[in-house]
Amino acid sequence: MPDSLIVLDKVNKWFGGLHALRDINLSVKAGEVVVVAGPSGSGKSTMCRTINRLETIDNGTIFVNGEPLPAEGRELAKLRSEVAMVFQQFNLFSHLNILDNVALGPMKVRRQPKAEAHQQARDLLVRVGIGDQAEKYPAQLSGGQQQRAAIARALAMRPKAILFDEPTSALDPEMVNEVLEVMTQLARDGMTMLVVTHEMGFARRVAHRVVFMDTGQIVEEAPPEAFFTNPQTERARDFLGKILK
Amino acid sequence: MNELIGALPILLHAFVTTLELTFLAALTSLVVGIIAAAMRVSPVPPLRWAVSVYVRFVRNTPLTIVFFITVFGLPQVGINFSFFAFALLALTLYTGTFVAETLRAGIQAIPIGQIEAARATGLTFIQVLRYVVLPQALRSVVPPLASVFIALFKNTSIASAFGVAEAIGTMTNMVNVHSTIVLWVMGATAIIYIAFALLFGRAFAWLERKALIVR
Repeated sequence: MPDSLIVLDKVNKWFGGLHALRDINLSVKAGEVVVVAGPSGSGKSTMCRTINRLETIDNGTIFVNGEPLPAEGRELAKLRSEVAMVFQQFNLFSHLNILDNVALGPMKVRRQPKAEAHQQARDLLVRVGIGDQAEKYPAQLSGGQQQRAAIARALAMRPKAILFDEPTSALDPEMVNEVLEVMTQLARDGMTMLVVTHEMGFARRVAHRVVFMDTGQIVEEAPPEAFFTNPQTERARDFLGKILK
Repeated sequence: MNELIGALPILLHAFVTTLELTFLAALTSLVVGIIAAAMRVSPVPPLRWAVSVYVRFVRNTPLTIVFFITVFGLPQVGINFSFFAFALLALTLYTGTFVAETLRAGIQAIPIGQIEAARATGLTFIQVLRYVVLPQALRSVVPPLASVFIALFKNTSIASAFGVAEAIGTMTNMVNVHSTIVLWVMGATAIIYIAFALLFGRAFAWLERKALIVR
């Protein structure tokens, strides 16, 4: 798999007695959009978080850009700066305004000069549609605006890939689309994306591949059209039956 | 009454030393407390243990004994400072533990997601502390820090027993000389303490409003 940006090879993880990830094999190519679906507690978020080592694994190997994930330290910090993450709870830094939230990483990790980092941040905020919110603090923004700011913060690192961990699950329904639109545009621009989500419409329109997980395993993996029209397993049919009503 | 009015300038002058000791010790214990709190949350176990031992021992020792150990213990091993410097050291060691514990509470109050986001951005442990954790933790512990520093202000009086001519030391001398107005001198001293403490309280309240983070 020479062109795979992210590879998980026989990854296992336990939370105490719970086998949270079972022999996960997955690869994501550069430019690919992979949606991970599955019921709550199926291990989707956990898998997503192992890729930048916010969760450690018990055995198996994770490769990013052909290199195995380093242990905690400078090497890992460098890798994390290349694989950005967008969280369910946005997790913007409360004490910084939106502009500084976006510019912090480039200034401190990439050592960009302040003026350059701020200019880039402003451009990115315009790109995600909140150019007029730059001076506000996170708590002054709606959930949808906060999540778009978090996407701008991820983009500011010019990452090779972005991990989305249920990016719309904490949003009021009317704000889901504004975030999905930004993500759709990113996908069109060729960003490599791993998206844990319950938004099956997004999966169908944007994903190149859907990965279905249940009880810590990857149960099914298929292009969206095949997955939605002709799921191969009982568990996937059951899940789709519940979610697509 | 005339005796008291005559004594007041000397008393007020002694408060200069009290205030110097308070401000210097507040500054140094803030530095010690920040470093200790950072070590306490670091991923390196020996650093965490070292701080845990320091906090447990020094915080639970009466301040007078901390003074005794610094003032009489350190010269035994050849370390000699002025009484003022010894007092500063003792107060810093003691107050540093309270600052560290207060800050640790502030650090624990930061949503874990923000720390994960900072790490996911590629910031190192020190950078996460410096740019995300400490600025928020310090802001959120302004009110309890005010109590710690007001306690420090009054704790400087222990230095009087160790040769520092601060307010309480001066008051004691004065009481010995002017034995007819003991209560007046003590009352006046207490009132000056209260006045300064109230002033600090106001300053911290102002700082608290400035530091407020909208959540």
